[in-house]
Amino acid sequence: MSAFLTFLAQPPEPVQRAVDTVTTGEAVAFWVLGPLALAGALGMLFARNAVHSALWLVLTMLSLGVLYMVQQAPFLGFVQIIVYTGAIMMLFLFVLMLVGRDSSDSVVEVLRGQRLAAIVLGVGFAGLVVGSLARALTDVQPVGLAQQNTQGGGNVANIGEALFTDYLFPFELTSALLITAAVGAMVLAFTSRVGKDAKKTQKELVEERFRGDRVGSLPGPGVFATANSVATPALLPDGSVAAESLSELIETTAKETLEDDVAEVSGTGHQADAHALKGEQS
Amino acid sequence: MSTAQLLADDPVWLILVKVVGIFAFLVVMTLFMINWERKVVARMQQRPGPNRVGPNGWLQSLADGLKLAFKEDIRPVLADKWVFFLAPVISCIPAFVAFSVIPLGGKVTIFGQETALQLVDLPVGVLVVLACSSLGVYGIVLSGWASGSPYPLLGALRSAAQVISYEIAMGLSIVAVVMSSHSLSTADIVSTQSGTIAWGALPAWNAILLPVSFVIYVISMVGETNRAPFDLPEAESELVGGFHTEYSSLKFALFFLAEYVNMVTVSALATTLFLGGWQLPFVGVDHFLNSGWWGLLWFVVKTLGFLFLFIWLRGTLPRLRYDQFMRLGWKFLVPLALFWFVAVAFTRYFNQERQADNVSTSLLLTVFGAVLAVVLLIAFLLPDKREHKDPNAVPITGGGYPVPPLDLQVPKSPPRRQVPVAQLPTAEDRTAEPAAVTASAKEAGDGNA
Repeated sequence: MSAFLTFLAQPPEPVQRAVDTVTTGEAVAFWVLGPLALAGALGMLFARNAVHSALWLVLTMLSLGVLYMVQQAPFLGFVQIIVYTGAIMMLFLFVLMLVGRDSSDSVVEVLRGQRLAAIVLGVGFAGLVVGSLARALTDVQPVGLAQQNTQGGGNVANIGEALFTDYLFPFELTSALLITAAVGAMVLAFTSRVGKDAKKTQKELVEERFRGDRVGSLPGPGVFATANSVATPALLPDGSVAAESLSELIETTAKETLEDDVAEVSGTGHQADAHALKGEQS
Repeated sequence: MSTAQLLADDPVWLILVKVVGIFAFLVVMTLFMINWERKVVARMQQRPGPNRVGPNGWLQSLADGLKLAFKEDIRPVLADKWVFFLAPVISCIPAFVAFSVIPLGGKVTIFGQETALQLVDLPVGVLVVLACSSLGVYGIVLSGWASGSPYPLLGALRSAAQVISYEIAMGLSIVAVVMSSHSLSTADIVSTQSGTIAWGALPAWNAILLPVSFVIYVISMVGETNRAPFDLPEAESELVGGFHTEYSSLKFALFFLAEYVNMVTVSALATTLFLGGWQLPFVGVDHFLNSGWWGLLWFVVKTLGFLFLFIWLRGTLPRLRYDQFMRLGWKFLVPLALFWFVAVAFTRYFNQERQADNVSTSLLLTVFGAVLAVVLLIAFLLPDKREHKDPNAVPITGGGYPVPPLDLQVPKSPPRRQVPVAQLPTAEDRTAEPAAVTASAKEAGDGNA
């Protein structure tokens, strides 16, 4: 990627290029990144695992970001990587990981007419994309950003100027939308500190614990057992399994496999031979 | 001739030489840094530290690295095969790529080819580092998820939240720097810091011109690299090893490498943005101490200063609790950074207007005074926050410390049990103890010297 960055850093050629020429570097970049982006999109659709799907989408977004950079829009390219890949997809991954790796897709229609609407909108969107693509390939004359980037303060300054003059209103509207979303999330996630279902403070938790049955900590996994794995339950001195040491998250070892340990701890099973290490000489 | 133009006609072999050079620099810095950290922390804890392998123990990290590479590579049964393999690679690559925009020095001649000591100078250079750090999070998050075990997952979630929130503070602190140097390119930012301010008494570094940005950046760079006191994703006392609990062998080594390379990168960026980069202050840009390969020396010295800060913090501060850490990031650093860059923008704007004689200084001062007066008035009119009284609270006298109340009724002591005189400690027994203590303290001192 570094060599590629160097290629990007080259200042735009001062000579006016013919509008429809494509440099070799650009063509190579396109034929590498285009299939990658497409593969990412297909992979996202067909991956069985939700996290794998998200990763394929990341590949598509990265390829698009690099394509922007190749087409003389470095700011847009890096913002695409920072915002979409860095922030938005990370949020997706976050949710997917919290939901769990084994959760399957729900086929229940939550909103009535959801599928029909999705089909109609999908077909409409496909029509729009095909239409604009057809128009782009026939009517539009590609100009390129090379000349634009040499004027004013360069790519970044030009974008800033356009955003804060001609496109100020849409820009502010977008920020209003984002703030609404943020406030909405806060309202949804708000837990009251007063009232009946208030979250317990640390102090209250401590008091509750000291008034309860067990002041000390729960028995750790593997205590009194022959293994220190998290999956091994603690054994009480009489050889029975300490119920509190079983984790709800982890699948614990089956009871049968622990029978030897139980027998050993309770003193009923095979006793260790003190002379075992000496071998036959004893 | 600007750096971008200097770099534009680099032949391919020179680019390759630079890539290999930067790679070697980062790997050597990692090996050095691990050893240095262990030695400095050991010194701070009054013990010798690694001193067996190589001269004075300086090859310890190399030996450890070789040992790691030859260890058995274990993949848990529940792990997601491909993602488990991909995660350390993803966390490593952006760490190296981010270094490509850092200017290591000025104009030099390599094998007869005139060039700058920098791989690439993009018009959006600073964004490259931010983009790379946001991609680096994927490595951590995916490693935690792919391990298929609870502790790494928790570590990964923590890490994602942490890096994203501290990246906001970091980005906002960089905004002020970009405003003051009118460029996102790292080479331009270095060149704007070349002069002096305050009649030549201080270098025109952004650390001095924009101190708030500097402090925010330094705090958030520690949070961004998951280092102590912000090393919550791998908190040993809570999460075993955090996101890399299930990793072993070379994959684990890659995570280690990525962490240290990231440290070097953020330190190098701090040098570039705030400490004048590779330039030696006071002597002027054209001085021979700022020409050729000298710049590399100043750059490395400044970067090592920041790296020492990392070690110092680790040796000094205990780990923060997670909610305290998040509060610091969101409720203190982000608002402070926002306030600071708005203030910088206003100052710059009015300064421009004043220089263009559109506004007089007295008018400016009057307006600022009026604004300040209004703010103060509002602050005085706001009612005090009412103190929350806990009805069950134990009454405490004194300055908040739990001392017994003044009217405490001390119960009468029970009648004393008679102890035979022979069992009481004699004067000789009492003096014997302190003597032993001084002897052991002396031994410990000898061990350190």
